[in-house]
Amino acid sequence: MKEQQYQVLINKGWCKGCGICTGLCPTKNLYLDEKGKVHSQNPPTCIGCQLCSANCPDYAITVTKKGEKPGQSQHLSVQVSGKQELPQEQTQPSFPAKPVPKTRLLQGNEACAEGAIAAGVRFFAGYPITPSTEIAEKLAGLLPKVGGKFIQMEDEIAGIAAVLGASLTGVKAITATSGPGFSLMQENIGFAAMAEVPCVIVNVQRFGPSTGMPTSAGQGDVMQARWGTHGDHPVVVLTPASVEETYHLTVKAVEISEQLRVPVILLMDEVIGHLREKVSLPDLDLAVERNRDTERPRLTLSKELYLPYRPDPNGVPPMASFGQGMRFHVTGLAHDETGFPTNDSQVAGALVTRLNRKIADRCDRLAMAEEYMLDDARLVVVTYGGMARAARKAVKLARAEGLPVGMLRLITLWPFPEKYLHRLNQGVKRVLVPEMNLGQIKLEVERISKGRWQVLGLPKVDGELFTPDELLTRIKEEVAACLGK
Amino acid sequence: MFREIAQYFRQDKLPHMWCPGCGNGMILAAFARTMKELNIDQDRTVIVSGIGCSSRSSGYLDFDTLHTTHGRALAFATGVKLAKPELNVIVLSGDGDSTAIGGNHLIHAARRNLDLTLVVFNNSIYGMTGGQYSPMSPPGKKATTAPYGTLERTFNLVDIAKAAGATYVARSTAYHHRLLTKLIVNGIKHKGFSLIEAVSQCPVNYGRQNKAGTPADMLKWQKDHAITVEAAQQLGAGEMQDKFLIGELHQGEAPEYTAEYLKIIARAAGEGGGK
Ligand SMILES: Cc1ncc(C[n+]2csc(CCOP(=O)(O)OP(=O)(O)O)c2C)c(N)n1
Ligand code: SF4
Repeated sequence: MKEQQYQVLINKGWCKGCGICTGLCPTKNLYLDEKGKVHSQNPPTCIGCQLCSANCPDYAITVTKKGEKPGQSQHLSVQVSGKQELPQEQTQPSFPAKPVPKTRLLQGNEACAEGAIAAGVRFFAGYPITPSTEIAEKLAGLLPKVGGKFIQMEDEIAGIAAVLGASLTGVKAITATSGPGFSLMQENIGFAAMAEVPCVIVNVQRFGPSTGMPTSAGQGDVMQARWGTHGDHPVVVLTPASVEETYHLTVKAVEISEQLRVPVILLMDEVIGHLREKVSLPDLDLAVERNRDTERPRLTLSKELYLPYRPDPNGVPPMASFGQGMRFHVTGLAHDETGFPTNDSQVAGALVTRLNRKIADRCDRLAMAEEYMLDDARLVVVTYGGMARAARKAVKLARAEGLPVGMLRLITLWPFPEKYLHRLNQGVKRVLVPEMNLGQIKLEVERISKGRWQVLGLPKVDGELFTPDELLTRIKEEVAACLGK
Repeated sequence: MFREIAQYFRQDKLPHMWCPGCGNGMILAAFARTMKELNIDQDRTVIVSGIGCSSRSSGYLDFDTLHTTHGRALAFATGVKLAKPELNVIVLSGDGDSTAIGGNHLIHAARRNLDLTLVVFNNSIYGMTGGQYSPMSPPGKKATTAPYGTLERTFNLVDIAKAAGATYVARSTAYHHRLLTKLIVNGIKHKGFSLIEAVSQCPVNYGRQNKAGTPADMLKWQKDHAITVEAAQQLGAGEMQDKFLIGELHQGEAPEYTAEYLKIIARAAGEGGGK
């Protein structure tokens, strides 16, 4: 029998001293020293069975024939792997989008679906829930027509998860839900914010809390849309007040989400979702054309230079897609510019700061609101979404009676569009905030007011809007108080 | 040996974070060998994982890698695969990640038969959070949340996957890593949802509480208790009592989801999508 035929090479840096190799070695060739590192007997009694190297959980052992070079295991030059018989690239047929007629009778939810297609969204995943279901239904039909994908998942958690997975492959993706589902999505909305995965979440608000009244309207998710997921995180929230605006804001939501790599929430309500209006929409082809500049910042660097989380001068990291050959890592853990986890408090702090500054630095650009008859107003109605429809009528009626009333209709809810409040005319005395909750936006208006105006909430939490007449009555009372009559 | 599979690792991330003697490293090596055996295109393969010790695997592998939220890896992977069916999508997950918080996603991924491969690192415990019981903890075993022993029965993961519609189901152990590699290779080659359960050891958070001995003892336990399908045929009914089967345990046929969806795209286009 020849002796010393094999040698055991140990990478001491990787050995954790678990004792698997010493326990399995049939010739007791291996032993642990007092520091817990493994050693081979000298001369070795190794018989080359490889039980140690094959079972080492830390890849620290190499067994070779004596005299043979162990080979370079560290930083091995990467072999180019040839293609194997796994799925071939499936080239998807490209379909010209079918132009939609110019003027049509459309529901808010349908307009949202069409806006998504126009914005270039090609992926939907979600779970049905009233009053948002029509968005899913409509997209189930539209998406495959334009080569996109639709999938109904097992719940809303899976819905947003699949949307994020799809988005990472470079596809624009959207999901739609209502309160209960929105609550379920929160953890993964935080993931999207942290890992900077573009996505749009439509929440057609219904009466809550809990199952509430599924077919009745509510605006109770304003704060949840901002603060629903844990940790300080960036988010943009837009809210439409008409069917046509729903279409345009859906396009806008996709655009913001792609450009800033943030989750954008389109906060609709049942009133708008189920409203049917005559709308004149741009022809889909044109919209797709326009959409060219709604792309996320794409990668121009080579793999060697690519740092997936190094921001460009705008604070947004250019984004590679899965399958592009960059082999990058995406995690919800705090990470550095390489994308890998870190426990370094400075790096983590800088990350959270940068993420939030993507929005904070653009508050004014993201702020959208409609100013209606504000020039000489003494009383201003601040409102949004479905409630704005009744408010507009009431303001019109009040003006017809000669009362100095105007309306500020918020379109961006978060970041809160402060600049519009700051520029209210000096003569404003009171601000009335009708909303379908117990005063969520009223709190913000109060914060901005700093005592300049008296801020009065006007909550409605029974699943219904105020009628214009109800609002008018209140407006008249407040105007009288303002003018000291 | 490591040098043969080194190209599949982000070597600058090693040594890995796992405890001494943890089975995760062994399973990951077996997994890397499948990549080699398939000569897989590293630029066209996405590895998705959840949260847990085992789910940290994704960070060590040189692919596009997605470390998601606890339990949701399969749901993220569904989005990746459906959006880009030409990519190979492989999910690495713990037993808690895939059978407790992610149990719903597991059965539905199996039911849809989307072409995904799931490798479950089954160490019978929640390792990362310090040893709480999982749906895969054997009854009576101790956990920090079951100081008197668990009352709950264990899921039979193979039967669940089978009943939910998975079309390839197999099991091996960290110790039987050659078999494990073979099974994962076959699972990836299989067109449809494949699940490979990899029985593993957590010497720290399972082993200590349950007096399972050293990591080597735990591996020997796997060696002694895992019986291949072929060997089991020679055994009498009573002899399998405290044993479990390893090998290919179920194969079925069903339409694969992404292929079927592409047919829908073709049909929808025909019905007036474009001319
Ligand atoms: C929503 C949520 N709940 C709980 C946790 C805490 N948590 C992290 S890992 C884990 C269990 C991991 O067990 P398993 O999936 O078996 O993986 P292992 O660590 O054993 O590999 C839990 C409960 C979490 N991260 N997220
Ligand atoms: S806690 Fe258990 S599963 Fe986690 S690394 Fe340690 S040994 Fe492995």
